[in-house]
Amino acid sequence: MTVLLRRMLGIVPTLAGVVIATFVLTRILPGDPAVFFTSSPTADAETIEAVRQKLGLDLPLWQQFLIYVRDLLHGDLGNSILTGQPVLNDLMQRLPASAELTLAAFLLAVVVAVPLGIAAALRPGSLVDHACRLISTAGVSLPTFVTGLLLIYLFYFLWGLAPEPMGQLDPFIPPPARVTGFLLIDSALSGDREAFVSALGQLVLPATTMAIFAIAPLARMTRASMLGTLGSDFVRTARANGLRRRTIVVSYALRNALLPIVTTLGMVFSYMLGANVLVERVFAWPGVGSYALDALLSLDYAPVQGFMLVMAAVFVVVNLLVDLAYQVIDPRSGLLSHG
Amino acid sequence: MGDRLALARYILAENPINLVALLLFLAFVGCAVLGPSLVPYDPIATDTAVALQPPSAAHWFGTDQLGRDVFSRVVVATRLDLVIAFAAVLLSLAVGAVIGATIGYFGGALDTSVSRVVDVLMAFPLFVLAMAMVAALGNSVSSVVYATAVINLPFYIRLARAEVSVRKGLGYVEAARVGGSGHARILRVILLPNILPPLVVQASLNLGWAVLNAAGLSFIGLGVRAPTPEWGIMVAEGAQFIVSGRWWLAFFPGLALMLAVFSFNLLGDGLRDIVDPRSRT
Repeated sequence: MTVLLRRMLGIVPTLAGVVIATFVLTRILPGDPAVFFTSSPTADAETIEAVRQKLGLDLPLWQQFLIYVRDLLHGDLGNSILTGQPVLNDLMQRLPASAELTLAAFLLAVVVAVPLGIAAALRPGSLVDHACRLISTAGVSLPTFVTGLLLIYLFYFLWGLAPEPMGQLDPFIPPPARVTGFLLIDSALSGDREAFVSALGQLVLPATTMAIFAIAPLARMTRASMLGTLGSDFVRTARANGLRRRTIVVSYALRNALLPIVTTLGMVFSYMLGANVLVERVFAWPGVGSYALDALLSLDYAPVQGFMLVMAAVFVVVNLLVDLAYQVIDPRSGLLSHG
Repeated sequence: MGDRLALARYILAENPINLVALLLFLAFVGCAVLGPSLVPYDPIATDTAVALQPPSAAHWFGTDQLGRDVFSRVVVATRLDLVIAFAAVLLSLAVGAVIGATIGYFGGALDTSVSRVVDVLMAFPLFVLAMAMVAALGNSVSSVVYATAVINLPFYIRLARAEVSVRKGLGYVEAARVGGSGHARILRVILLPNILPPLVVQASLNLGWAVLNAAGLSFIGLGVRAPTPEWGIMVAEGAQFIVSGRWWLAFFPGLALMLAVFSFNLLGDGLRDIVDPRSRT
């Protein structure tokens, strides 16, 4: 428990650094948001000055930072100029859409990549092995936005299998009552079959797009790690003792191969958080990525700050989970040794 | 050196895909150097009479919504995309090697504080960080280079730091110190050349990723601006025509991007095999 606590404390300086970095980065954004905010070429200097005062932009930078930190501690991320809403509300509104997409893609990638990597490692040089190598080399080279467009062309335009790539739900279907914000869960909860099917249909292409890139490093690492453990002495001994093949592969080889696989999972997840922006752009997905991008392109500070903070926080938590997973998988490694 | 060449030949012969990657790479470099003088049409001249034509003998890759030849644009774009990627990777290699080697060599408070900053950099999803940086530095090609360089920097700093902290206690460093070399000279003349091979391998593995990153940034409208031919921006412009079945606008720049990254990745793997044969997977 103390180990966990110490690891949690270690996050604090990183998060503080994240807050500073986010603040500095967004404050040196070009353009004057006060001018943008008044958004009228006839606004005179006085109006602009008033707006600037209202936004607190006339204060010295360090005061702005203190105010920013104080607001942050109150859970106030500022207001978006674009939507006129508090950023926290906006982010909460859109976060489930991004989370649904990312988690679906992540699950899909794990379900495909890990068995593929294991199968390739069990029969090196076989057809499966070559397929695995091809997928892991080609997958890394595919830009997500190109894969997404290719999938849209094939499945929407040519074959008509997928719905139009416009957002999370067919615009003619009323959205289900919002409980969790996850459309699939909400529609299942309210028993709305039509909305569930539509949401699932809309989710398939973007999730596949994201998963394709993630499959590559995951399958590659699973294969390499499994090859290592399958060739080790303890597996040979297990085999000589006549244990069942299933037991050898799952409880002996896979269990010991898990560490690097979990590391790669963490890396893949962080990559996905970034790729969100691109995929949401391609599929007009109403998530936090497209929200932040719109704000960024129109010099709206607060949403960009909020988005970066949320992304960094999610990322830090994911890394923490990965560390904890190490501890569960292999108690010898990880926290205790360097704690 | 002879051994290395023999190994290179062996790696090329053993896996024909490596040869394909090498040829692709040479083709891309050729396009980057000679591009503008190779292409049949002016890449930014518009001719609305032939807008949105599918691939044909006159226009191999078709034409876009303004009647510009997609083939010419894809070929000419090679130079810009490769220059961004190479410049960014070289920049982060140079800066990262110096910073990493210095903190690894001196250690102490300097090491701790720089490592903390690196940790903070690594706490952001890297593409998100690059996005914000391009917006902050101003929407230009050089910002894309700097942003890509900065998000790559942590890997080089960590690698150089690790390599130097292993080597700084070795005999030849000790000998140089006894021989009267100062810290700066030991770092510059003794340590940096020694840690270069793993860093160069890292750089070549990074190259594909740098191309993807730069194209991704211009895809979302940051960095390169229309009408400059660049793969990411061409894919972005072609994206709106995908749903109506005009696939060639986005497909060919996307394909070029994919092949470039593919060949960089394979060559990076090959180079790693040559420099460090033990790490082959």
